[in-house]
Amino acid sequence: MSASPGQTPSQTAGPFFAYGLVPSQYGYPFRSLFGPELAEPRAVGLPIVIAGQVFDGEGKLIEDALVEILHADAQGGWPRSAADAARTGFRGFGRMGTGSDARKGFEFRTIKPGAIGDGQAPHVNLVLTMRGLLNHLFTRIYFDDEAEANARDPVLASVPPERRATLLAQGAPLPGGGRAYRFDLHMQGERETVFFDV
Amino acid sequence: MPTTPRPAAIRLEPRDWASHPPLRDPGYKSTSLRGPTRPLVPMQASLSELAQPVYGHEDLGTLDHDLTRNAAMNGAPLGERIVVTGRVLDDRGRSIPHTLVEVWQANAAGRYVHRIDQHDAPLDPNFLGAGRCLTDAEGRYRFVTIKPGAYPWRNHPNAWRPNHIHFSLFGQHLASRLVTQMYFPGDPLLALDPIFLATPQAARERLISRFSLEATQEGHALGYEFDIVLRGPTQTPMEAR
Repeated sequence: MSASPGQTPSQTAGPFFAYGLVPSQYGYPFRSLFGPELAEPRAVGLPIVIAGQVFDGEGKLIEDALVEILHADAQGGWPRSAADAARTGFRGFGRMGTGSDARKGFEFRTIKPGAIGDGQAPHVNLVLTMRGLLNHLFTRIYFDDEAEANARDPVLASVPPERRATLLAQGAPLPGGGRAYRFDLHMQGERETVFFDV
Repeated sequence: MPTTPRPAAIRLEPRDWASHPPLRDPGYKSTSLRGPTRPLVPMQASLSELAQPVYGHEDLGTLDHDLTRNAAMNGAPLGERIVVTGRVLDDRGRSIPHTLVEVWQANAAGRYVHRIDQHDAPLDPNFLGAGRCLTDAEGRYRFVTIKPGAYPWRNHPNAWRPNHIHFSLFGQHLASRLVTQMYFPGDPLLALDPIFLATPQAARERLISRFSLEATQEGHALGYEFDIVLRGPTQTPMEAR
């Protein structure tokens, strides 16, 4: 085993990632590997939508961000392979750019994750990258209707109390069943989203 | 549904901030309103961040790795054909097999196909500039493409980006995610580029590919080697007690 070669430095994704990372979403002639749907309708669990927008330090909408989310299935497990995901209809990972829809935001269709059994509240991992970010950022989405679990969550507990609300998605009933959650990201300012050094 | 075993509890090497650029850099103007101002909150990667997206060979098209052919309409793209290859490793030197490598780049004229790129240089009807592949059992990836051109940007007066190819990887965990850029040896624009220069000096060389005669395909394309090092476990599960 060789000595550490040193981590490859991160660089910005820049503004032009769409045709490479989310080509189908933007109508480029290349098939997206990942899109905004993490779960097919047949997947077990409560259907949810997670939608939001990303704002810069002047409160301006960011139209060239890439948002990726990864979360556990309704039982708190993860698909182990593409075949696994094909069998259950739950892929667990989604990716969307904020430049293609009218709201210049993101909107993921998935199922509500279960607790993974280690004391953490149900949550969604979010990775954010864009022009102007030299390193991608990690954050988490928690759910406003999981107050009890959230109160016991060790990661939320590590966040200063006055900033925890930035990690809480606000839910409302989804027409036809399920829930629609709203989760905005603020890069700076009073409501600056908590990002983690994972 | 069969229950699947949880991954072994492992610890990842930390994200080495001595190797990565800062979140806000005075030279790279876009960071000023986009980089967070408050310190990142430390978090030990849990099972949740050790999970990863799932994909397989069957998700990729047979020409996805060959950017000289994967968008050809009526001929070959213009420009200097190159092979870009290397290994994906973790920071203890272990190769990462079967992992996704995604790339995107400008064409030979320095123009991105992206609709918001307004640079007055021609598009190439036979070149999209996007590709992807999985590493092999030894962690090796290989792309065939066109050497990307330099292009101007508005960061400062007479600003030009050096030739580069964007890379996106996950490795074996969400926490080992990396988005980076590969540069070319001997590029005079590197010394002037705020994005490259935002990288700590000791780590900058790792972003520059190496010309490789071994990777050069005789009569067809020059070869460049670019190894990519991601965060890995501090110990293998076998070593864990």
